Amino acid sequence: MSESAVPLVVARRRFGETTRRDLWWVQPLLVFAGLSTFVVYATWAAFQGDHYTYGPYISPFYSPEIFGTSPHNWFGPKPAALPPWLPFTPALLILPIPALFRFTCYYYRGAYYKAFWGDPPSCTVGEHRTTYWGENSFPLILQNIHRYMLFISMAVLAILVVDAWEALWFADPATGRVQFGVGVGTIVLAANVTLLSGYLFGCHSMRHVAGGCVDQISRAPLGARAYRCVSCLNRRHMWWAWTSLFAVGFADLYVRLCSMGVWTDVRIW
Amino acid sequence: MGQTATFRIWRGNGHEGTFTDYATEVTEGMVVLDAVHQIQAHQAHDLAVRWNCKAGKCGSCSAEVNGHPRLMCMTRLNQLNLAKPVTIEPMKAFPPIKDLVTDVSFNFRAKKSIKPFKPRPPDAPDGTWRMAQADVERVQEFRKCIECFLCQDVCHVLRDHRLFDEFVGPRHMIYAAALEMHPLDVEQRARDLKDAYGVGFCNITKCCTKVCPEGIGITDNAIIPLKERVIDQLYDPVVKLLRMFR
Ligand code: SF4
Ligand code: SF4
Ligand code: FES
Repeated sequence: MSESAVPLVVARRRFGETTRRDLWWVQPLLVFAGLSTFVVYATWAAFQGDHYTYGPYISPFYSPEIFGTSPHNWFGPKPAALPPWLPFTPALLILPIPALFRFTCYYYRGAYYKAFWGDPPSCTVGEHRTTYWGENSFPLILQNIHRYMLFISMAVLAILVVDAWEALWFADPATGRVQFGVGVGTIVLAANVTLLSGYLFGCHSMRHVAGGCVDQISRAPLGARAYRCVSCLNRRHMWWAWTSLFAVGFADLYVRLCSMGVWTDVRIW
Repeated sequence: MGQTATFRIWRGNGHEGTFTDYATEVTEGMVVLDAVHQIQAHQAHDLAVRWNCKAGKCGSCSAEVNGHPRLMCMTRLNQLNLAKPVTIEPMKAFPPIKDLVTDVSFNFRAKKSIKPFKPRPPDAPDGTWRMAQADVERVQEFRKCIECFLCQDVCHVLRDHRLFDEFVGPRHMIYAAALEMHPLDVEQRARDLKDAYGVGFCNITKCCTKVCPEGIGITDNAIIPLKERVIDQLYDPVVKLLRMFR
């Protein structure tokens, strides 16, 4: 604002200072624990380069498998031109896309600014920083690439939908004939794409594109309906964000443990 | 109820102050403002408190009850733990005047800085306009604001970082959104939203949304859509390119 500032400088509060009586630190702590666990697991899993397929299933961390050695690969094994010292797994090519999408997501931003940056630790709780730039300048101004990450992630989601479809077709080990079937893994992959769709289609940037950007939405009936649908998902964006995060991690774990022989995939059909 | 409860009330002037404990009898159905009035009537005649409607509609009685920005007239005592003293403080983002009363004039200046409504030329020869309900619905939510400034109080950009010169605060973001998304309005505010109103300072931590007594979706329905509009107008190269061909 251009006019004069508030004249009186109120004493700055210390970090964590508040007159709140409730357990204000529980929520940021849960966010911290949840996101850290996921990041550690996902990083570990992405560097394994092994046990990411099982029968018709492929782990969502490793799909699309652009280069790789499993039957799901698109363009054959790792290109020889890549320097051998460069760490390579199919996941390392693809995981940065959903990672950046989630990193720039409006819900996660608010959540990790609190849980990881303490800015603020929680509402009306004192902060430890004296300077603040917000998302107004570099580097956090880069969060504005979120809409691009959304469009790219949509393409990845489409591929995961195809994976879930392919998880319905099992090859008979004796005859090699492919037949329709449903395993627990099929349900895990289908649940994953359902939750991911709810998360992506309820994205705030999606809401803007679907109709939020126009002031006279009644002139575009299709846009009005799209805007309503996206807004409806968007209202529970946090729920979709967490459930889809859990689902995608669990889908990888499921395929991994089946492939390692720890879990047995039960055929339901 | 018919029990005695202690209220730890901030007593002070513009420079200094302290908490003072007042024990008073509370009965069923009382709100925090009733208790404050009772204390003012019987124990502390000079206790300064701002109020008006006692119905959650004038936005005068904003304060911090046990650390939570609340309307005192809408905070029932049975929502609080009366076994411990209930702390009542003035809003901390604004300069204190006396006791529970603060100087909220920053908000009036901030509001004036927002570019006003500029309608397109009238649709009909008699100088009137036509709007569809579907188009005004979105801005009607923002018009529920009672200007209690609790959202301004809780916002850490103002409260902790004191960026009053850079950021107009969540209340004025919804005010700007109500104008910007209005189906008749043709004013351009993207540049001001970024430079003068400081939409980039909001880090979408949603404290404002949580305290709004009118339940306005400040962050999701106003600030984030405004951020997206600023991206359209000022950052997104693809949108810029598309606009050139239109
Ligand atoms: S969401 Fe933005 S405007 Fe609201 S309290 Fe947080 S930083 Fe302030
Ligand atoms: S937006 Fe809500 S919290 Fe903010 S001033 Fe208006 S009514 Fe109060
Ligand atoms: S007295 Fe009017 S809102 Fe509380």
